[in-house]
Amino acid sequence: MDQFTINLLFVGASFAIYIGIAIWARAGSTSEFYAAGRGVHPVTNGMATAADWMSAASFLSMAGLIAFVGYDNSAYLMGWTGGYVLLALLLAPYLRKFGKFTVSEFIGDRFYSPTARLVAVICLIICSVTYVIGQMTGVGVAFGRFLEVDNTTGLLIGAVIVFAYAVFGGMKGVTYTQVAQYIVLILAYTIPAIFISLQLTGNPIPGLGLFGTDLASGEPLLQKLDQIVTELGFNQYTAHDGDTLNLVLFTLSLMIGTAGLPHVIMRFFTVPRVADARWSAGWALVFIALLYLTAPAVGAMARLNITQQFWPNGTDAQAVSLEQIETDPAYDWMATWQQTGMLGWEDLNGDGLIQYYNDASPDMQERAAAEGWEGNELNNFNRDILVLANPEIANLPSWVIGLIAAGGLAAALSTAAGLLLAISSAVSHDLMKGQLTPNISEKGELLSARIAMAVAIAVATWLGLNPPGFAAQTVALAFGLAASSIFPVLMMGIFTKVNNKGAVAGMLAGLLLTLLYIFLHKGWFFIPGTNSFTDAEPLLFGIKSTSFGAVGALVNFAVAFAVSKTTTPIPARIEDLVESVRIPRGAGAAAADH
Amino acid sequence: MSPETGRDSASDGKAYWAANVRIIKISLIIWALVSFGFGILLRPLISGIQVGGSDLGFWFAQQGSILVFLAIIFFYAWKMNKLDREFGVEEE
Repeated sequence: MDQFTINLLFVGASFAIYIGIAIWARAGSTSEFYAAGRGVHPVTNGMATAADWMSAASFLSMAGLIAFVGYDNSAYLMGWTGGYVLLALLLAPYLRKFGKFTVSEFIGDRFYSPTARLVAVICLIICSVTYVIGQMTGVGVAFGRFLEVDNTTGLLIGAVIVFAYAVFGGMKGVTYTQVAQYIVLILAYTIPAIFISLQLTGNPIPGLGLFGTDLASGEPLLQKLDQIVTELGFNQYTAHDGDTLNLVLFTLSLMIGTAGLPHVIMRFFTVPRVADARWSAGWALVFIALLYLTAPAVGAMARLNITQQFWPNGTDAQAVSLEQIETDPAYDWMATWQQTGMLGWEDLNGDGLIQYYNDASPDMQERAAAEGWEGNELNNFNRDILVLANPEIANLPSWVIGLIAAGGLAAALSTAAGLLLAISSAVSHDLMKGQLTPNISEKGELLSARIAMAVAIAVATWLGLNPPGFAAQTVALAFGLAASSIFPVLMMGIFTKVNNKGAVAGMLAGLLLTLLYIFLHKGWFFIPGTNSFTDAEPLLFGIKSTSFGAVGALVNFAVAFAVSKTTTPIPARIEDLVESVRIPRGAGAAAADH
Repeated sequence: MSPETGRDSASDGKAYWAANVRIIKISLIIWALVSFGFGILLRPLISGIQVGGSDLGFWFAQQGSILVFLAIIFFYAWKMNKLDREFGVEEE
């Protein structure tokens, strides 16, 4: 059986499972559509949260980002997991106690202000739409490679599949589909990693193998990696090269952003009790950690494998020849990925060899001059392909490659569905029922939620075709916005007595400042060429636009406290609301009276 | 009045919340220490401790912080669910 057929089988079988679950778990009421009837077991919810959370960026891009940068991109590992601590301690139990359907509903009620709710809805929609772009590009990449269609066609197929199960199943369908998707994606991610870790280090646990010994050289793996990448003029893998301020702020922005992402928060509305919300956050992180503890090993090992493939006789000997790339089966992956346009090489100096090195390094320029090289000849390497190409690079059996295909799609689709659900409930529950047509029937609300979902999918697909950067970078922007607008206002709603005016002013200040900062660096509405600054030379104190979310959050807190202090304190009924949110007793009743 | 303790519910509520905030503060200090501390800012200080081809700070940044985060969340869930019962504010 050829690889294409195997891929098709794996992807087809996984899709059949998702569609089957979607049909079984159709949503009949708004409570089922928005919160899966609040009957989800904490472990099940943890698993669904993990799939919801681990996106195309986590699955496809993160290992690549770590592989080609090394230590400095640990921000993704700490940031995307550390946020769960904030979520578990500061938000999840209290929002579950509040017992409504959307994040904006809490903000609207707690700050007794339709304006606050509207601002929250706008923040939420901007965050989710930005985030969904990364998922759609990821779907395109995975389909493009495994079903041998171009990115655009892949993206359109993905959109149709998400449409099918998110529109009908709502939160209930999405939750149970996500459990299946989690299982597919974690197997797909860890199985090749275990194989590769065994090959390189003899240790079946990748996270331990990373700190183990490279069997081929007998040296510690990380030391070996540091050595060969520095010999080619690249930065030392384990060293800290970027600036510390951005590393700290970027990590913090990802943490706060994670805790402020509406599609993650709303998963905690689905468990039966407050105590379950606390446990469920822990279970979610267990399932997430299985991938996140593996990712740095995948990145380091892939970097080692790839570099050694280009320098099969060592970095000071002759590079790999064009002839070997074309004839040796170990290099078949290069031809496959070249067809997708995500990998490219060119024999610039016509010596029949492909030299892969850092041509910006002065030492390497010296060596290049001595050996007659005319620049790095691996001139196109899209980092997003690393996880997908990894099993081929390591020569793993073809069923593993089929599994990776299904896993990449599961990761992208499960997150896309969660985001689209957040967008559609914001539109139908907060905008339609909350503001425009308060007397809408439950049936009408369900219908409007489904229409909103369909429109959101269309918008996301269009944006996926015109994305602003690598999948993970696009996602990083969504985090900046969630960090600067949603997280601070939720936390103040629970832990402080900030009033309505403070909340609205804080949210607007945080959101607008962050959005402005991002647009100034990435271009207005991400249109290339309209930016006045770049992340290489940022506007303020060297803070990159991707690290700005934490600053936006601080501004949000500061403005909210200042405005709240100078305006009328919160009324007694809101004091009571805050007190009741802080105490678990009565959570069942709060849910039932809705 | 809470049936278990017989204390006044308003001051009980305050004590419960104060205890919760105290647990949160301690947890967040550890959270920051392992990630921003050991993983980033304090890495040069502990770089003398070697862990398989790199140093302890690198291990915290890529593995250790995540393991500690897990421990914090489960500790918090266990501790708070216990505290809920002590103050008689657990769900029926």
